[in-house]
Amino acid sequence: MSAAAEDAVTEAPAVEAVPKRALSLGTGVSLAILAAALVAPIFVKNFVAFQMTMVMIYGLAVLALNILTGGSGQFSLGQSAFYALGAYTTAVLMENVNMNYALTLPIAGLVSFGAGFLFGRPALRLSGIYLALATFALAVAMPQFLKLHFLEHWTGGVQGLVIIKPDAPFGLPISQDKWLYYFTLAITVAIYVGSINLLRSRSGRALMSIRDNEIAASAMGVDVALYKTLAFGVSAGITGIAGGLSAIVVAFVAPDSYTINLAIALFLGMVVGGVGWLPGSFVGAAFIIFVPNIAESVSKGLSGAVFGVLLFIVIFLVPHGARQVAIVAQQLIGKLRK
Amino acid sequence: MTSMLNVRDLHAYYGQVQALYGLSFSLNEGSLTTLLGANGAGKTTTLRAICNMVRSTGAIEFDGAPLSGKSTESIVRLGIAHVPQGRGTFTTMTVEENLQLGAISRKDTAAIASDIERMYEHFPVLKERHTQQAGTLSGGEQQMLAVARALMLRPRLMLLDEPSFGLAPLVVRDLFKILGKINREDKVTILVVEQNAQLALELADQAYVIETGRIVMSGNASDIATNEDVRKSYLGY
Amino acid sequence: MELFINQVLAGISTGAIYACMALAVVMIYQAIDHLNFAQGEMAMFSTFIAWQLMQWGVPYWWTFLLTLAISFAGGILIERLLFKPLAKAPVLTNVAGFIALFAIINSVAGLTWDFTIKEFPSPFGSSAFLGSRLISTHQAGMIGVTLLMLVGLYLFFQFTRIGLAMRAAAALPESARLVGINTSWMIALGWGMAAAIGAVAGILIAPVVFLEPNMMGGVLVYGFAAAVLGGLTSPLGAVIGGFLMGVVENLAGTYIPEVGNELKLPIALALIIVVLVFKPAGLFGRAIIKRV
Repeated sequence: MSAAAEDAVTEAPAVEAVPKRALSLGTGVSLAILAAALVAPIFVKNFVAFQMTMVMIYGLAVLALNILTGGSGQFSLGQSAFYALGAYTTAVLMENVNMNYALTLPIAGLVSFGAGFLFGRPALRLSGIYLALATFALAVAMPQFLKLHFLEHWTGGVQGLVIIKPDAPFGLPISQDKWLYYFTLAITVAIYVGSINLLRSRSGRALMSIRDNEIAASAMGVDVALYKTLAFGVSAGITGIAGGLSAIVVAFVAPDSYTINLAIALFLGMVVGGVGWLPGSFVGAAFIIFVPNIAESVSKGLSGAVFGVLLFIVIFLVPHGARQVAIVAQQLIGKLRK
Repeated sequence: MTSMLNVRDLHAYYGQVQALYGLSFSLNEGSLTTLLGANGAGKTTTLRAICNMVRSTGAIEFDGAPLSGKSTESIVRLGIAHVPQGRGTFTTMTVEENLQLGAISRKDTAAIASDIERMYEHFPVLKERHTQQAGTLSGGEQQMLAVARALMLRPRLMLLDEPSFGLAPLVVRDLFKILGKINREDKVTILVVEQNAQLALELADQAYVIETGRIVMSGNASDIATNEDVRKSYLGY
Repeated sequence: MELFINQVLAGISTGAIYACMALAVVMIYQAIDHLNFAQGEMAMFSTFIAWQLMQWGVPYWWTFLLTLAISFAGGILIERLLFKPLAKAPVLTNVAGFIALFAIINSVAGLTWDFTIKEFPSPFGSSAFLGSRLISTHQAGMIGVTLLMLVGLYLFFQFTRIGLAMRAAAALPESARLVGINTSWMIALGWGMAAAIGAVAGILIAPVVFLEPNMMGGVLVYGFAAAVLGGLTSPLGAVIGGFLMGVVENLAGTYIPEVGNELKLPIALALIIVVLVFKPAGLFGRAIIKRV
């Protein structure tokens, strides 16, 4: 049967797909959020600033997954491996080579990009569930790999590595946590803006054409293999930078911080934020950071169940994630203006 | 003649987009009716609305009983077979399994076996290929299979969505001949949606022309076929 | 050579565990077109129900039947309550639902029965099978039951009308509705059957790995892997895939240095990926040809 004819008559989904232009929030809303993010640390405690920093870091990792899944339609359960790779690159460079923390990040990104690109090559032949399984293998292998004996000299083995948290530069009178908040914010904004421009560019359109119909895309002259591999690389690279940032901010890396659970959490973050909608990445990140804590406070013994129930409630109410909320809000505002 | 299917003031929507605007028509028992119109006029939507596969308002009555609120599968079980656009073949299953699926809602297992034999008489090519995966059939053969699968329901009403789509003209002629035979011999009421107006009008006894979700013309197929104005403005040949 | 043969035999007996789980995985994949990540937890929960029934003094075979019935009903209930509302949601949202279900079941089981390991009896005993120290009567029984279920499922899907209807509903829901199949109930039925098969798997596995809330974590991964290796559409492939997984895992652990227990899983998975690169639909799966 012809898929095209079938698609043409399939009932429209509950929520219209996000138009490709609407990958981001409007300029006004974006600037307002940025302004709020800039002044927020003044009013909060160090620990809250630390948590907000973690939201941005996880947000970057979720965004990276969004570029892969929402952009090119590939699915990965292996993001924790690239995150670990970035974290360890930063940690090893800082501890063993005494490199400045800021300089380690581009290297962490490049190393992860390379790994992602190399992995993406054989993974080309796999899609859907098969790709999920392959990336899953990567996620399971990574912590074991980091524990291997002959790497222990650099990686610290099971114990991991403790890093010295950097102070604010130029004698700025703010705490380490708040300095790292601003440091992370700057990187986050840069990557976010870069990602949106990437997806809106020619390459981004090529990626999305692959997501929507791979065969048709290749028939239109899109180099499917190259773009899919690049998407893997870019996604891994951003995840690596997020991992590197987390190493600096948490001041500690250990193999068991980067298990498959992290990859699953990042996946949940993507779903809760809305697949393919980049601003949602940060909403999703907040969900995976705060909701487990909330569940824990409701009931210690049943925290898993409470988390599961909360997750069900969210996906029942907004099966398309935060982007559904954004669309509804936009429509409401549109109606009010009339 | 009594009317078997009555559609009144049908509105249908895909999400926010409205596709039908107050469509009304009726089918007589035993008739072979065609619904004509250009691309996007709402022909497919009309068929889908009858089977409740698209959100719609208005009244649809089959044998005097309303269909609204019924699920697709229970509407089918009333004896309304729907051959969808793209044929809906179960490509990974064998030809024979496809035929059995057509009769899956029937309880009379003995009669099913003899009906399958009857289908093989109607469509000898299906008999040759009965153990083959349906996906390996040609487009024309798949359309035959889709019609045969629909007949396995022993339907009282059969809805066909562009059966000629993508088929060679000779194959279309064969198919339409068979449809006429089914209509006459098996007393199945047929509603066929077509873009190929000329052929459809040769086959049908009743015709409706729809444009942007409204009926703009109805009457005897032969009258419509000979009406120069209608042909030029709506059917484009 | 003797070491090799022994390891292959040991692999086959662990492989039976994976084969069992893989069958349940394929079952639900046939019905709902997704991999259910909570399947292992559902099986674990069923096994706890069986354990509880036996604690209350219900005889083994009555327990077995009751557990099957409860699991079947439970699977249907879960589908009706939690996943039917998500029927129109995107695939990835459904996957998130599986993860949520996983968390709920695991946590509830932990609170109800705590995390200490419990012994679980085997109806087949645990003496040596045909004089071999590597395969016990329990493991032989497990292989037998797995093969029986395989035959049963094959007959069900190939020769019953409801089996045909289930296959149709999974393959093309819209067309299935157009021939009068209530696809929504077919999915629920699939959940019920998968839950019941999972219960059998859990009951057979528990005497080997001991009963505790996390007992299925590793097994499910191998079950998935085995199902994917065999081709997700083929119950026979799943069973063969399960046995292969067991053998490969054991041989890798024996012959490749530095592997040890922890890297056995990644190596087995890597091998599967190599297979998939060459045969993307799995060893026995039907290739899906897509048209634009």
